[in-house]
Amino acid sequence: MANPPFRRPQGRPAPAPGLLRRLDDFARLAFPGFSTGFLMVLAAAPVSLPSPVFAAALPCVFFWSVFRPAAMSPPAIFLLGLLLDLLTLAPLGAGVLVLLAVHGVTLRFRRFLARQSFLAVWVAFCAAAVGAAALFWALQSLLALRLPPFAPALHAALLSAGLYPAIALLLTRVHEAMRQAENAP
Amino acid sequence: MIRLSIPLRQALARLSLPLMIAAAFGVMLLGKADALLAERLRSHLADALSPIYAALAEPMGAVRAAIEEVQDLARLREQNVTLREENERLRRWHSAALALEAENEMLRRHLNFLPEAAPAFVTARVVADGGGTYARAVLLATGPQHSIRKGQVALDERGFTGRVTEVGSRSARVLLATDMNSRIPVTLEDSRARAIMVGTNGARPRLSQWPEGVIPVEGERVVTSAEAGAFPAGLPVGIVRLSAQGAPEVELFARLDRLDAVRLFDYGLRGILPPEAVARPEPRQGRR
Repeated sequence: MANPPFRRPQGRPAPAPGLLRRLDDFARLAFPGFSTGFLMVLAAAPVSLPSPVFAAALPCVFFWSVFRPAAMSPPAIFLLGLLLDLLTLAPLGAGVLVLLAVHGVTLRFRRFLARQSFLAVWVAFCAAAVGAAALFWALQSLLALRLPPFAPALHAALLSAGLYPAIALLLTRVHEAMRQAENAP
Repeated sequence: MIRLSIPLRQALARLSLPLMIAAAFGVMLLGKADALLAERLRSHLADALSPIYAALAEPMGAVRAAIEEVQDLARLREQNVTLREENERLRRWHSAALALEAENEMLRRHLNFLPEAAPAFVTARVVADGGGTYARAVLLATGPQHSIRKGQVALDERGFTGRVTEVGSRSARVLLATDMNSRIPVTLEDSRARAIMVGTNGARPRLSQWPEGVIPVEGERVVTSAEAGAFPAGLPVGIVRLSAQGAPEVELFARLDRLDAVRLFDYGLRGILPPEAVARPEPRQGRR
């Protein structure tokens, strides 16, 4: 009865992850989605700014899709899009589709983008923002069956392009810290 | 945590984006099918978020107040500069006025000028307009023991309105300057020319009988004249306006269409008094 000998893999087995370690991992995984949602809620606070919710959501989704797509999963984006639709007065589903489209396009180019300088990423984001605003506007007009004014969409695109450096600066710091925590033994 | 094999997990990860996009279209359809769904969800979300916003409102208000404070300070500085300039200018005017007052005092002493007594006046409420013999007249309610007499001059808070023509025991009637029967001796203030202001039943009385060689100029001030002893000199009446045909008219200072109270001044003048009753005059007895 020669059973094939069960070969243990070489090396020490990884220790079972402790509770703190698991919490840490979960926090790292959940941070992008929750921080984005929180930022959107803050942006929806009643101050006199033209629709900063869309402009706040777009840079976050773009950044995390480029640099940490595992944490910015499509279901999380779906929920964020729903939040976007509810916080703004957009027809239900338009924001969801726009954010998912941004995520999909960004995923396609992320290997290229992650190697570029900050300026190149910003330029790419500007293009993405204009495209996203145009898509959002088109979806709104399609779902409401009337033409909303185009100026607010343009404002939102410009505002998000302007907000991107500030948000990216902050998120880059956070991302670096996460990577250090992951590489630490 | 559910343990899945690695290929399955990869397949799920690859599938999730198309799945979510399909779900987005589903949400769109749902939103189109049930229009109230979005509203309900929105109100629930707003209910949930309102504590956050309430907590945010406090620091936001503080920031806004600080910004307004800074703006106010800038505005204050600006105002301070203009006020300082204005104060300087007014100080110059003040000294000029003091000098003029002193000069006036001195000249009066030299000329042995008799100062006019301050006129006594009563204020009466306008209770009705129109009625009576005249087209443009107002009825004043007065107390039972009043001292109003015929010929007293009525002014509102801006200027000349008319003259008392009838006095009853509890009321008095004022003939307004706009009435067709009103003739007021006036002076054009710039040229010192005398003229007669003739009522037309319209809003602006006409000017007539001004002396030759003088032309009433648009914008010239018109005041009463002491000619014939019916009015004191210098009560403000109005401003000369040229009509579309070029005839000089007077735009009255007084707002005759919305009189609510007038002051009746007693200057003690009895030059021309209106007749007791407006009737055909009797032929005189002595002329036969």
